Amino acid sequence: MTVTPLGIPRRLLEFTLDGEAARVPEGATILDACRAAGKDVPTLCEGDTLRPKNACRVCVVEVEGARTLVPACSRRAEPGMVVRTDTERARHSRRIVLELLASSVDLSTTPRVAEWIKEYEAKPDRFGPDAARLNETPKIDNDLYVRDYAKCILCYKCVDACGDQWQNSFAISVTGRGFDARIAVEHDAPLTDSACVYCGNCIEVCPTGALSPRSEFDRRAAGTWDESAQTRTTTVCAYCGVGCGLTLHVQDNEIVKVTSPHDNPVTHGNLCIKGRFGYQHVQNRG
Amino acid sequence: MDLRFGDSKPTDEERAAVDALLGPAESAWEGADRTDADLRWARGGRAARDRRDLLLPGLHAINDRIGWISEGALDHLCRRLTVPPAEAYGVATFYAMFSMRPRPATVLHVCTDLACAAAGAGDLCAGVESRLGPGSGVAVERSPCLGLCERAPAALAIRAGDPVRTAVSAPADVEAAVVAGTAPDAAPEEPPAASAVPQAGQDGLVLLQRVGVVDPSSLDDYRAHGGYTALRRAFALGPAGVIREVTDSGLLGRGGAAFPTGRKWQATASQPDRPHHLVCNADESEPGTFKDRVLMEGDPYALVEAMTIAGYATGAHRGHLYLRGEYPRALHRMRHAVEQARARGLLGDDVLGQGFAFDIEIRRGAGAYICGEETALFNSIEGYRGEPRSKPPFPVEKGLFGKPTVENNVETLVNVLPVLTMGAPAYAAIGTGRSTGPKLFCVSGSVARPGVYELPFGATLGEVLELAGVRPGLRAVLLGGAAGGFVRPDELDLPLTFEGTREAGTTLGSGVVMAFDGTVPLPRLLLRIAEFFRDESCGQCVPCRVGTVRQEEALRRLADRSGAAAADDVALLRDVGRAMRDASICGLGQTAWNAVESAIDRLGAYE
Ligand code: SF4
Ligand code: SF4
Ligand code: SF4
Ligand code: FES
Ligand code: FES
Repeated sequence: MTVTPLGIPRRLLEFTLDGEAARVPEGATILDACRAAGKDVPTLCEGDTLRPKNACRVCVVEVEGARTLVPACSRRAEPGMVVRTDTERARHSRRIVLELLASSVDLSTTPRVAEWIKEYEAKPDRFGPDAARLNETPKIDNDLYVRDYAKCILCYKCVDACGDQWQNSFAISVTGRGFDARIAVEHDAPLTDSACVYCGNCIEVCPTGALSPRSEFDRRAAGTWDESAQTRTTTVCAYCGVGCGLTLHVQDNEIVKVTSPHDNPVTHGNLCIKGRFGYQHVQNRG
Repeated sequence: MDLRFGDSKPTDEERAAVDALLGPAESAWEGADRTDADLRWARGGRAARDRRDLLLPGLHAINDRIGWISEGALDHLCRRLTVPPAEAYGVATFYAMFSMRPRPATVLHVCTDLACAAAGAGDLCAGVESRLGPGSGVAVERSPCLGLCERAPAALAIRAGDPVRTAVSAPADVEAAVVAGTAPDAAPEEPPAASAVPQAGQDGLVLLQRVGVVDPSSLDDYRAHGGYTALRRAFALGPAGVIREVTDSGLLGRGGAAFPTGRKWQATASQPDRPHHLVCNADESEPGTFKDRVLMEGDPYALVEAMTIAGYATGAHRGHLYLRGEYPRALHRMRHAVEQARARGLLGDDVLGQGFAFDIEIRRGAGAYICGEETALFNSIEGYRGEPRSKPPFPVEKGLFGKPTVENNVETLVNVLPVLTMGAPAYAAIGTGRSTGPKLFCVSGSVARPGVYELPFGATLGEVLELAGVRPGLRAVLLGGAAGGFVRPDELDLPLTFEGTREAGTTLGSGVVMAFDGTVPLPRLLLRIAEFFRDESCGQCVPCRVGTVRQEEALRRLADRSGAAAADDVALLRDVGRAMRDASICGLGQTAWNAVESAIDRLGAYE
């Protein structure tokens, strides 16, 4: 859940959503309205703490009068708009987008996507055995986190989080173009030669597991990562006085990952290197 | 922002290239030697960041001088502009004309696109490659359409240095292309722009009346041929009067979207937010299109005058001319024209003594078709990756630098001159009721006299082809370029108007008419179109980024199949094409399947 700071009360506007009247505050997106109405629209590049880039196009809906489909995550509702979320046309595009994604990247660690592939009857195999895939080898160049771009859907979230929306380090960006576009630091160098400060905020927002803490990556590789056996405890970071919220992911009595609650109105899930990665001292039982 | 730069240093040459553009660096904060003063004050910050739009010119400066962009050079430029190196790297790798790896100083771009392929570009490429092997100092690169289709096959040589030198060879044979690559200075002159206008000098031309008649380097000659009467009339009418005239003329944008120009101008003029910007889109990259190049090369002052009028009407004091990077001669002519106009008080603080300030800044593209999309063009000028923005907000509200912006292409703007000189009613009387005025068509392929033709809207496809001398054995016509569609030889009475082509289920697009006879295998053509879109997709959205790849793969499989063996892949193409059209962010993805679809449905490809 996102906590939006209470601003000046916003006027409500009315529009039609799947044949029923919907009332949402001015500035709300179609997706906000869908969620308020309990409709399940798939999303991948939309994030609760970032401005949507509307790049994945899996959330498209039909708006009467529009030539093309529109992304629910970023199109604001307008008074009198007539929106349909579940038409054959919208479902077709969602199905194809899922097929295109699943045929080109590894979605095995993307939450919910398997469920949507089933729901939309997507068949990623239909493009044949020679269909181009990303086929990147994971970039393991530091002890804190791994970049496995074979799983990257190019949602731009990590770039936005590292750049002007949160961290202001601008260590990574999109390079190249078209199918060859990738997330990279300057000159495709190792992370250790870049401006990265290892805050891990990019990991926090990555929707596919393309970016993961080394602890998680190694355990997955060893087959010892077991989310069902993990507990999550929310606490406050002890390093300094800011008071950032931490969520400790514990498996077998060991901290295996640290994330941060997105609904914290101050940090919105952001941490620094110490909060995110500096937990070994807690469990040095020497 | 906390910037971190690597340790790589620029060479003296690279530093000189950047400093020639930005002026010498003054302090260690931006890459000069450390001085005592540096300890007490910091340069850079916001002031330098505001110059982010100099990133693309900076990359050009390095690439022009050295031929490629090294780590040290990029870092130096980033320091000077306070741009994070990762972002600058993302921008530099976006454009096809830049290289981030060492390469020979001379690059010979050999066009392998539609018209050139039909004219034997494959053999030309192979011949040139075998002559210019490694060690020749010339890198041969296959290029999308170079905008020289009337002289296909075409090659463009660019030799890095100070100054950078270019040579065009078209129509090229192996010998001529090798000369252009190895000795650009000694390569023969290009034929004059008018040679691309078979009608040049004829009576009754409106848009092309001066091409081949006027000396493109002489402002006086331009004035002697009616130049600047339209601007005088504009000043007499006042901005609102100009907009009224343009609206009444019924002028529709010629870039492909056919939006009413008057309405666009009105919408921008009435925005309270300031400043307003004018952008002229001269990034003509649609395969088969070369009319804007011919206009800029043959009648450059017309565009300067038209931009001044557009700026006056919409309240913009700065016009940005975004010119395709592959058009060296057009760039040269436009630069000269802008300088002359400025020197003579036709640009600057007080245009024609009327108290109106207006100037034109020229920006050079660097090889990216997508930058012809209006919002991608804004990003490109601003120094970001040329990725389209999602709309709304529309450019009239938030365009270049986030300010109200009117964007028109070259042909649209040049139409404003006759609107003002002949008056709206007379202009609107040309063409049809809904498609008014004269229209330029770029005719190429299997015709005797390829070139730019001017006809009133409503002329039929057959009439255009007849003027150009269509050769026997016509198999198909591609209308509107790679983003357009094919029509059959039995559809030649199709009226060329926006409404007529729409009713026939096709599009006029940018005015491309490319004729193909039976000697060009259709599947090969379709595959080339698919390759083009795959190469030019910006990569931002999934339907286009992956869809264009899947489309190309299917067409590759289909290359020698038909009938039942083709059915599965044709169905797959339809599925993917529909999603690309419906769900892509911008026009590139939305139209990437048009031509292929029309070839299947209208020409019966793969049956
Ligand atoms: S860890 Fe932080 S600084 Fe490093 S790339 Fe990710 S967001 Fe940027
Ligand atoms: S690495 Fe993750 S967050 Fe970054 S673009 Fe790829 S999928 Fe998105
Ligand atoms: S449709 Fe293609 S070119 Fe346009 S934004 Fe999407 S990926 Fe980029
Ligand atoms: S979630 Fe809306 S476009 Fe990605
Ligand atoms: S110049 Fe080669 S196709 Fe246009």
